[in-house]
Amino acid sequence: MSTTLLLIQTLNGLQLGVLLFLIAAGLTLVFGVMDFINLAHGVQYMLGAYFLAAFAAATGSFALGLVLALGAALLCGVVLERLVLRHLYGRDHLDQVLATFGIILFLNEAVRALWGSAPLHVDIPEAMSGAVRLMPGLLYPFYRLVLIGAGLGVALLLYVLVAHTRIGMRVRAGASDAAMVSALGVNVGRLFTLVFGFGAMLAGFAGALAAPILSVEPGMGDNILILAFVVVVIGGIGSVRGAFVAALLVGLVDTLGRSFSTSLMRLAMDSSAAAQAGPALASMLVYVLMALVLAVRPRGLFPARAG
Amino acid sequence: MSASARHSLLPLLIGAGFVLVPLITGGDVYAVNLAIRIMCLAIAAIGLDLILGYGRLVSFGHAAFFGAGAYAVGILSTHGFTSAPLLIGAAILAGAALALPIGAVSLRTRGVYFIMITLAFGQMLFFTATSLSAYGGDDGLSLPARATFLGTDPFGSPLSFHYVVLALLALVYLGGRVLVASRFGRVLRAGGEDERRVIAAGFPITAYRLVAFVIAGGIAGLAGGLYAEFTEFVSPAYLSWQRSGEFIVMVVLGGTGSLHGAVLGAAGVVLLEEWLAEFTEHWRLIFGPLLVLAALAGRDGLARLLGRGKP
Repeated sequence: MSTTLLLIQTLNGLQLGVLLFLIAAGLTLVFGVMDFINLAHGVQYMLGAYFLAAFAAATGSFALGLVLALGAALLCGVVLERLVLRHLYGRDHLDQVLATFGIILFLNEAVRALWGSAPLHVDIPEAMSGAVRLMPGLLYPFYRLVLIGAGLGVALLLYVLVAHTRIGMRVRAGASDAAMVSALGVNVGRLFTLVFGFGAMLAGFAGALAAPILSVEPGMGDNILILAFVVVVIGGIGSVRGAFVAALLVGLVDTLGRSFSTSLMRLAMDSSAAAQAGPALASMLVYVLMALVLAVRPRGLFPARAG
Repeated sequence: MSASARHSLLPLLIGAGFVLVPLITGGDVYAVNLAIRIMCLAIAAIGLDLILGYGRLVSFGHAAFFGAGAYAVGILSTHGFTSAPLLIGAAILAGAALALPIGAVSLRTRGVYFIMITLAFGQMLFFTATSLSAYGGDDGLSLPARATFLGTDPFGSPLSFHYVVLALLALVYLGGRVLVASRFGRVLRAGGEDERRVIAAGFPITAYRLVAFVIAGGIAGLAGGLYAEFTEFVSPAYLSWQRSGEFIVMVVLGGTGSLHGAVLGAAGVVLLEEWLAEFTEHWRLIFGPLLVLAALAGRDGLARLLGRGKP
């Protein structure tokens, strides 16, 4: 394996990690603050991608489309929270699973009914197309670098927001002990709506960023949702810092595993067996990582919940 | 009618219903096949009810064990094995053998962690199935022939298939009844109600749960194996997390913790899907909100309508 390939795959891994972080950040806060299992978080990601595709096509501008898509994703999150999820806080997890599973079925099908089953294509914006020479012999698409940069920027913003503002303090307090925060006079209902809407917008942002490089299709949020779950479990429920570390870890392990497992297996077995075992092993790697982390720390790397 | 009478009458009615399907419909292939599909899924749902209903552990990876059973049958069939007891036995074993390590890791956790981890392991096995390129990979695998038993062809005609699956469903149901009524079942249920008290009473609750998890995995494997024989086809879709979700929906809508509720739930979900699909290909637009309403209204909806007595 060459250094160039390793570098490219590391960048690809970072890119997946950044997307995962944007999704997992909202997910982990919703879990942590509200003790709510939201399976429908993945469809928020899908909606973000569809909104971008629709608005960018309607306005002819990627930037304007992105702004509108973010607004629409936020609106969707808030409406969903007010209409359905709000009534399920404090209920059995099974009720939450049932309701959010129903929401997934509905929204996936709604998207299929509106836009059809065929993947939509979104152009990379003119200004960000092309490739950048990172070092001799290493070209990397500019848009993907922008994506990584935007993700890291949002991560930094989120860190400042959560660690250094009053509202962030309340969110952290909520993740640690929601009942106590409520007893201290914080309007927890409004805090919940805020966290949920913001989480939905972040997931939508991830979907919108991913739209030009992945295929926009119904159900695209389902698989990435489960990777985001893995991230949340590894990072520790309620911890944004944990989600960040775990997202990059999962992104890198998954991407590098997929590119190099077959070559690594060749060291141990003959090449046809390696061609069989490599992909199988690669697809299991992140889950094995999760099992290992849980075996050592059942509450994740950075548990937020008190007691 | 007293609650206990209802508790024994309803299962008998359900059983009688399945016995009568081929007779009432005159052996109509569509109806009998529908009944077979319902019974296969119902077997898996009963397994899930053991851990979800009685143990109060929301496992979101049940389809993985279902799929493991299906793949066990599919893979052995392609290698020329046709003995029904061998194939079905292998299916049960595959489900149980996978449930053991997955349960051992998952049961270290609680609540939302448990849901997410079982979901993640289920997805892991899904991707493993897609990467089995020797056995069809993404496309799945057609069974070369159906299983035989002592020179007979139990899965050959819809009618004999129907009664074989019905017999197995009855066996699983009765076995489940015995299990939940036993000391083991009472500990499992008590652990779902008040874990700390059960631990304080000196029961190693995690070990009890692990055994229940493995049994549920084995039952799901059996169901998957039968389903593979039924469709003569196995694919990674059998392990998808949407299918795990469907199993949960079946158990929950039928009413958790009654075993026959799982059978009713399986019938309800499959029939509702079939019925809605007649109106529109986008039937999930109706099915999804129905689930949301059921969750908002409180669970055990279908069961409450049928007047299931609370102990």
